[in-house]
Amino acid sequence: MSDYNFAYLDEQTKRMIRRAILKGLAIPGYQVPFASREMPMPYGWGTGGVQVSAATLTPEDTLKVIDQGADDTTNAISIRKFFEKTAKIATTEKTSSASVIQTRHRIPEEQLTEDQILVYQVPIPEPLRFLEPSEIETRKMHALEEYGLMHVKLYEDISRHGAIATSYAYPVKVEDRYVMDPSPIPKFDNPKMEMAAIQLFGAGREQRIYALPPHTKVVSLDFDDFPFEPSKADYSCDLCGSENSYLDEVIVDDEGGRIFVCSDTDFCSSRQAINSELTYE
Amino acid sequence: MSELLLDVTGLSKYYGNRIGCADVNFDLWPGEVMGIVGESGSGKSTLLNCLAGQVEADFGEVFFSTRSEGMKDTFQMSEPERRMLSRTDWAFVHQNARDGLRMNVSAGGNVGERLMAVGSRHYGKIRNKAVDWLERVEIHNSRIDDRPTAFSGGMQQRLQIARNLVTGPRLVFMDEPTGGLDVSVQARLLDLIKSLVREMNLSAIIVTHDLAVVRLLADRLMVMKDGYVVESGLTDQVLDDPQHSYTQLLVSSVLQA
Repeated sequence: MSDYNFAYLDEQTKRMIRRAILKGLAIPGYQVPFASREMPMPYGWGTGGVQVSAATLTPEDTLKVIDQGADDTTNAISIRKFFEKTAKIATTEKTSSASVIQTRHRIPEEQLTEDQILVYQVPIPEPLRFLEPSEIETRKMHALEEYGLMHVKLYEDISRHGAIATSYAYPVKVEDRYVMDPSPIPKFDNPKMEMAAIQLFGAGREQRIYALPPHTKVVSLDFDDFPFEPSKADYSCDLCGSENSYLDEVIVDDEGGRIFVCSDTDFCSSRQAINSELTYE
Repeated sequence: MSELLLDVTGLSKYYGNRIGCADVNFDLWPGEVMGIVGESGSGKSTLLNCLAGQVEADFGEVFFSTRSEGMKDTFQMSEPERRMLSRTDWAFVHQNARDGLRMNVSAGGNVGERLMAVGSRHYGKIRNKAVDWLERVEIHNSRIDDRPTAFSGGMQQRLQIARNLVTGPRLVFMDEPTGGLDVSVQARLLDLIKSLVREMNLSAIIVTHDLAVVRLLADRLMVMKDGYVVESGLTDQVLDDPQHSYTQLLVSSVLQA
């Protein structure tokens, strides 16, 4: 017997979070307030995502945790270990064999299926926050669908940089209704949000949960004469050769040498494995 | 004959037992400028805020001639409807430009906000319109990407006016538009407002304690004291031949330069 209740949180708390998740799924893109708990990790480390995952997991689930696409960074490892210890569930690094995937700042390259749930860690759930500091006002703007201000931000981008320079946390409109912050994923990932898997967003410090049911319409905001463009570094991966995955630039020596590699480590290593098989044959 | 734009009857607002403004009646025609004068605490701003729907009045009716549905009581409107009105057909110019501007957004973005709020989604067109309006309020278009924090007080006030008028409103509420500006800047601003009002056939309600402002801008005048309208009429008539003792005091208190 474990000293912890399954997945750390007590049953009442999980029930409260599940209610918020269901409400979020019923109103795609709407930020549902919930009574966020203190978690045994600092804010900013994914306390919102961890609570959503805890309320979502069942003993039969297989969990994958990614941080900026990678399975082997501090944040990903510690959250994976947290659930191994408190829920005693199976974990994996393979995207296709996971049933619940908690992610920070990326959507896996591999297409997700309807048997999977993707849980995002969200630092600031309110897309209008940096333009309108008042929470009362932003809630009213959401309620009345007054989203002109969101375009003011994009206008400022173009007037200052000549193009929409927002490259992550790029605002989207969900089902022609709510404007939503997709969490700080690169805008390269925005088109992938119309997917078969359920997407859940948890913001621990800000105490908000929102959600996208499968195959929800998600449109990135733009101007008629400055259309939305999902962008990535103009290279191919130096390890697996992929030309259409999102890349990280890595500095490899003191002479300014650099390589580009897939940010999705599972995607990259499975491609590398296939490549080496082909060479040996 | 054009139709009545605004019809106010029995408007009252109380702060507990104290009177904000009481039993105010007037009407306003398209292209007409109404001045409201009175000392501090006389209920001018309360009245203006009630009219603009920013403060809820306790009694009375305010009928506004909407474009689609004709005369409609703004107090009975739903909030989305009233907010829609306040960013299309109405405009509100604050005494302090900082209250009416987004200080962390460029001048162009400030002017463009109302356009984007009513659904404009073409950057080039928004930009051109912003350039056009900055020119109309005498702000050089090289300043379009500067933030209002880099502007002088007079420029900020002119930017606020441009931002408000860009959607072609029909009724402008102004709360001491020239307050806190030095006299030469005031004169230019008044000149500008006057010509814009003429050009666009704007109706305006201007609250001020400065009699020179109403003399220059207003067609008609209401004098308020302790929440009540004590005298009203044509501006020149009220100022040159004041009947109420308070108006007489007000007119005689002005220093002759």
